[in-house]
Amino acid sequence: MRGRCDPSAFVADHLKTVPPSGIRRFFDLVSEMDDVISLGVGEPDFVTPWHIREACIHSIEHGDTAYTSNYGLLELREEISKLYSQKYRVDYNPESETLVTTGVSEALDIAIRAVVNPDDEVIVVQPSYVSYVPSVIFAGGVPVPVSTKMSNNFKITAEELEDAITDKTKAVIINYPNNPTGAVMDKDSLESIADVIVEHDLMMISDEVYDCLTYNGTHTCFASLEGMRDRTILLNGFSKSHAMTGFRMGYALAAPEIIDSMMLIHQYSMLCAPITAQIGAIEALKNGEGEVQKMVREYDRRRHLIVGGLNKLGLECFEPKGAFYAFPSISSTGLTSGDFAERLLNEQKVATVPGDVFGEAGVGFLRCSYAASREDIHTALDRIGEFVDGLKV
Amino acid sequence: MDKQTRHILEILEEDARTAPEEIANLTGMTVDDVTKNIEQLEKNGIIRKYKTIIDWELAGEEYVHAIIELKVTLERKLGYKAIAERLYKFPEVRSVRLLSGGHDISLTVRGNSMKEVAFFVAEKIATLDQVQGTTTHFVLKTYKEDGVILHEPEHIKRLQISP
Repeated sequence: MRGRCDPSAFVADHLKTVPPSGIRRFFDLVSEMDDVISLGVGEPDFVTPWHIREACIHSIEHGDTAYTSNYGLLELREEISKLYSQKYRVDYNPESETLVTTGVSEALDIAIRAVVNPDDEVIVVQPSYVSYVPSVIFAGGVPVPVSTKMSNNFKITAEELEDAITDKTKAVIINYPNNPTGAVMDKDSLESIADVIVEHDLMMISDEVYDCLTYNGTHTCFASLEGMRDRTILLNGFSKSHAMTGFRMGYALAAPEIIDSMMLIHQYSMLCAPITAQIGAIEALKNGEGEVQKMVREYDRRRHLIVGGLNKLGLECFEPKGAFYAFPSISSTGLTSGDFAERLLNEQKVATVPGDVFGEAGVGFLRCSYAASREDIHTALDRIGEFVDGLKV
Repeated sequence: MDKQTRHILEILEEDARTAPEEIANLTGMTVDDVTKNIEQLEKNGIIRKYKTIIDWELAGEEYVHAIIELKVTLERKLGYKAIAERLYKFPEVRSVRLLSGGHDISLTVRGNSMKEVAFFVAEKIATLDQVQGTTTHFVLKTYKEDGVILHEPEHIKRLQISP
C-alpha cells in the first residue's frame, strides 16, 4: 500500500511567512450576517457606464474573442499614451513603453518581480493597499514598511523615506491618492521625494489607480516630475475611474528595458489581458470622460457627507482629498481598530475595515469607504453614532 | 458655473425634495448659503420648476400620449416662435420642440383616449394656418422618462468587504 500524503509539506516555505489578509477574516464574518450596511468595499458602487458595456457586447457579437498582442491591443496602448501626454505632459511610446495587464494587481506583481533580486529591499509607504507587502515577499524581496502620520495628512516626507533606505534598497512603492487614507501628495512634496529617489539611485513604483478621483486641486503624476520618467514604473487602470473592477484592466508605463522585463513574465504567465475588457477600455478612454466626471462629483458629495458626519460623532477624520475612503481615528474610544470594527459589525451591522490591516501606520484607524449610496452612508453614520454613544456609558 | 452651484443643481435634478440641510452635508456649505444659492437660481430662472415623475400607468390612469410631428410654413417677420407660442398654450400639449430634419416641430400631447387626442390634433393643430401637415405617433409604452427608467433599475452586485 502506498503511504499517505501530507499536502502541507509541499507548500513553499516563503509563503508560510505571509500572513493571511485581515480583510479576508472580516469578509467571512460579514457573509454570515443579514442587513449589513457595508462601508467595507474597495470598489465603486456604480455599474460600469453603459457605453462601455455596450462596446464590449458589440465586440463579442462580432467575434472579437481571440488573443491580442502580448502588450495589449495597439489601439488601446495608443489611447493610453495619448492620455498621458495630454493630461500629464509625459510621453510614453505605445509600442515599447506601454503594457496592458490583467488589472493593476498583475502590473504591480510583475513590476516588482521585474526589478527585485533576492533579498533586495523594497520600501512600502504605509498605510498601504494590502497587496504590496505580500507581492514583495512573493518576488523574493524584503518589504520595508515606512509609516506616514495623520499629523502630516498621511504624506510621506523625504526624511521618513531617507531613514528607511539602506544599501539594499532597490525600489519604493507609493500610492497617491491613497487607499486606505484618501491622502494625496502635492507636487512640491513629490519633488522632495524625487530628490531622494535620485540621490539613492532607486526605482519608484507609483500606483496611481485613483488619479481621476482627486477632489481639490489636480493630481501630479510622479513620472511627470523632471528626471523621473525613467525612474518610475507607473501603474494605473480602469477599475476605479470607470467603475470597471470586474473587467480586470490595468496597465504599466515605464522605460522600454523595464517594460521588456515585465513583458517576459507577462507573456509566459498571463499571455495577454482579456480582449473584451481591452475593447471596453478603448471605449472608456475615447468617450468616457463625461461619465467619469459625473461619478467624481457624486463621490465628492458623499465625501463631504461622511467626513462631516464622522467628525460630528467625535471620530477625528482628516480631509481625504482623493480616492473614496475616509480614515477616521478611533483611538478616542479606547478600542483597538480590530475590536472597534468587529463590535460595530456585530452590534450595529456596519461593515468597515480596521486600519491595522493596512500596516502599523493604520493602527487606531478605521477605513470607511464612501463608494456607497447616500442613504447607506446616512444609515451607517446613525448606527456608528449609536455604537460610539454606547461606549461612553 | 462654480463647483458648488453645479453640485446643487445636480443634487436637485436627481431629487428635487433634497432638503437644504442635506445639500449642506453633501457640499460642505452652510445651510444659509445653500438656501441663498437656491433662491438665486430660482430667481434667475435657472431652476424652472420642481416636478414629480409619475408612472401614471402603474397608478391605473390610462393616459394616452402621442408624439405629433408638424411641417409648418413661416409667416413673414415671425419666426418659429409665433407658432410655438400658439401651440404651447394648449394644456394638452406637454412639450414643444423645434427640430432639424424632415419635420419642423415635434409636440407631445396627452389625453384621456386615442379619440380625444386624434380629435384635438385634427381640430386644434392641423387647422392652424401655419401648419402644412401632421403625423401622429401614439405612444404604446414608456420605458424611460426624463432620465428615469420606469422599471426596476439595475443594482451592482458587490462583495461586502474588499481591499
